[in-house]
Amino acid sequence: MALDSWGKYPQIQNKVFSFDQNKTLPDLLDEQDEWIPFGNGRSYGDSALSANIINTKPRNYFLAFDSHNGLLHVQAGVLLSEILDIFVPKGWFLKISPGTKLITVGGAIASDVHGKNHHVAGCFSECLDTFRLMLPNGEIVTCSKQENTDLFHATCGGMGLTGIILDAKITLKKINSKNIDQTTIKTTNLKETFEAFEKYKDKPYSVAWIDCLAKGKRMGRSLLTVGDFSNDGDLAYQSKKKMNVPFNFPSVALNTWSIKTFNWLYYGKTQKGVSTQKVDFDAFFYPLDAIDNWNRIYGKGGFTQYQFILPKSVSYEGLDEIMTTISHSGKGSFLAVLKLYGPANENYLSFPIEGYSLALDFKIEKGLFELLNRLDQIVLKYQGRIYLAKDVRVSKETFEQGYPNIGKFRALRRKYKMDQTFNSLQSRRVGI
Amino acid sequence: MGYVLIVGAKSDMAKAIARHYAENGYDLYLASRQSQELEAFASDISIRTQQTAKCIELDILDYASHPSFYAALEGKPVGVISAVGYMGKQEDVQSNFAETQKTIDTNYTGIVSLFNIIADDFEQRQSGFIVGISSVAGDRGRKNNYIYGAAKAGFTAYLSGLRNRLHATNVHVLTVKPGFVATKMTEDLDLPEKLTAQPNEVAKDIFNAQQKGKSVIYTKWMWKWIMLIIRNIPEWQFKKMSI
Ligand SMILES: Cc1cc2nc3c(=O)[nH]c(=O)nc-3n(C[C@H](O)[C@H](O)[C@H](O)COP(=O)(O)OP(=O)(O)OC[C@H]3O[C@@H](n4cnc5c(N)ncnc54)[C@H](O)[C@@H]3O)c2cc1C
Ligand SMILES: NC(=O)c1ccc[n+]([C@@H]2O[C@H](COP(=O)([O-])OP(=O)(O)OC[C@H]3O[C@@H](n4cnc5c(N)ncnc54)[C@H](OP(=O)(O)O)[C@@H]3O)[C@@H](O)[C@H]2O)c1
Repeated sequence: MALDSWGKYPQIQNKVFSFDQNKTLPDLLDEQDEWIPFGNGRSYGDSALSANIINTKPRNYFLAFDSHNGLLHVQAGVLLSEILDIFVPKGWFLKISPGTKLITVGGAIASDVHGKNHHVAGCFSECLDTFRLMLPNGEIVTCSKQENTDLFHATCGGMGLTGIILDAKITLKKINSKNIDQTTIKTTNLKETFEAFEKYKDKPYSVAWIDCLAKGKRMGRSLLTVGDFSNDGDLAYQSKKKMNVPFNFPSVALNTWSIKTFNWLYYGKTQKGVSTQKVDFDAFFYPLDAIDNWNRIYGKGGFTQYQFILPKSVSYEGLDEIMTTISHSGKGSFLAVLKLYGPANENYLSFPIEGYSLALDFKIEKGLFELLNRLDQIVLKYQGRIYLAKDVRVSKETFEQGYPNIGKFRALRRKYKMDQTFNSLQSRRVGI
Repeated sequence: MGYVLIVGAKSDMAKAIARHYAENGYDLYLASRQSQELEAFASDISIRTQQTAKCIELDILDYASHPSFYAALEGKPVGVISAVGYMGKQEDVQSNFAETQKTIDTNYTGIVSLFNIIADDFEQRQSGFIVGISSVAGDRGRKNNYIYGAAKAGFTAYLSGLRNRLHATNVHVLTVKPGFVATKMTEDLDLPEKLTAQPNEVAKDIFNAQQKGKSVIYTKWMWKWIMLIIRNIPEWQFKKMSI
């Protein structure tokens, strides 16, 4: 069995191992020189790829739940979707969730993931009470913001490079409905889009889909959706049957024209100005999860996501320059997502800083990496950074400039000999 | 709906069976050696299904402990399912009597000791179900694992007799004969994919058969026909074969 990441690029040979009990893991770690933990393979690039993989997904027991304070103790392989299946009907939801629920708790910690509420609620580490980590020497340590703080700050966002996260305690939040009262704001250019984000920034959840092929005065036109949980008491929830993309699409299926048509339809079908809807949380948070294997639409050559963030003061200028560069390149992105983020946290490699982030999906094809290299230069010029969870190609130089705490991370890796046990293709490339 | 007692609860098959019964509203007694290792599994079941799952220590070879083990169960089970088994390497099992004995006692004597006690209780209460996981290996002795097979054959015959005895008292006995199942027992063997069941397929088959009151099932189903053929090969021919 060889495991892929979500982008299906690169495809490498790897050996996959799993473990039955925590106490047998140290012996397994001794068997090979180099490892990387693997969750559910929803990272886009090479964060979870290496010659030897420890598959943590089978470790998926729910260990305890305290219904007084919402504290849930789970093994690291539990999927966020499993948590929702069990706890939404009881009136609980994840405090922080990314745009897919098909990730493991271990993966959520390792990427310190964020969701539509980052501007008010921060990253996944904010809902994390403690976790237990197995270090390269087989020792199990408990980490929190109070205990083993260096390991906590390195592991949250540490891309599996500090050890194996075994289990974690996270706090759920109370909800009174499975539904979201959603407002959609249709904007006609980038300036309006930014104004709309500011105007609605008190709403706990917000994200914009942006038409990255629109040029000239329409550049930056978007659909901003904001919302919050309803209060209608409807908790009757059962996860739905999904559609499936049964095979890799031929590589011609996605081109500038099909993307233009899609964008036109998607943007065009939405009512002008401001409209409101009631949708269930799956439709609001996880629209892409409704289609199994949607990554196959990019064909077997795979795809990547380019996600960067720029400090707020220069976001407008920077995005304008980047969007112009993309639209001149003629390379379209099917999915382009813009979001306003809140302040950064103390974790060494967490991605978010206060500002705007744009995420763009691109099919892997000739000329793409040259374009992305050019975009990197613009991102650096504006003191932005790239998100490792999506990345498959960023250079060491570009990466380092974006993350000032990289020195602390490297030093900690050396101190615990993590650099001699845990490495991914990505960590080798960016030298961490 | 009451407790189901699962014996040999650490086996992958038993875990799948436990999950399936809990999902269908049963509480569980999970009996095994070093039962503290099952605590995480038990919590998982309780949180996922809202059913109670209790871990209890049991060594099937410690016959003397069986009466007190059963007596200590508060709230007697509505049914019992045994997944206990042991399959050593044939060379060791045939050449080392300690291994021979362990094979026979784990697959036969031990479970019989426990089932005797439970059968008396169920008979008296005139209700309950007893499920024994035997094996297709008990249908005909083969050179590759005839001591394990013989113990399973004994167990199959025991279950058949028990069913006969308890029929009048409304206690249901189900004999399960798995073919190949992908579990810890077989992880080092190269099994043919089409003939190999996953533990949760076996669990489903067992649950359905038990609920319907069936007597004997093969799982996967095609093993019924495979074993029919194997049982009918004449002995003069069978003795020359390597299967
Ligand atoms: C459709 C889609 C939408 C997404 N939306 C968002 C979003 O809105 N916000 C966001 O932040 N991210 C988002 N992501 C990215 C995704 O949340 C992260 O890549 C996440 O880390 C994937 O988790 P996983 O369980 O699939 O882990 P994998 O992809 O298997 O691994 C990811 C990283 O986690 C490490 N890891 C996994 N398990 C463990 C463990 N037990 N111990 C130590 N390290 C471990 C791996 O080594 C690797 O570095 C999205 C991805 C997809 C496909
Ligand atoms: N896998 C197959 O292909 C297959 C085919 C046909 C039939 N079967 C039968 O199916 C049943 C389940 O097997 P499996 O495949 O899941 O294998 P397994 O994991 O080896 O299960 C056997 C179980 O029996 C338990 N056990 C052994 N000795 C014991 C003792 N002295 N006291 C208490 N428990 C004891 C083991 O407990 P420990 O974990 O403590 O060792 C283990 O949990 C067995 O009866 C087996 O013979 C299996």
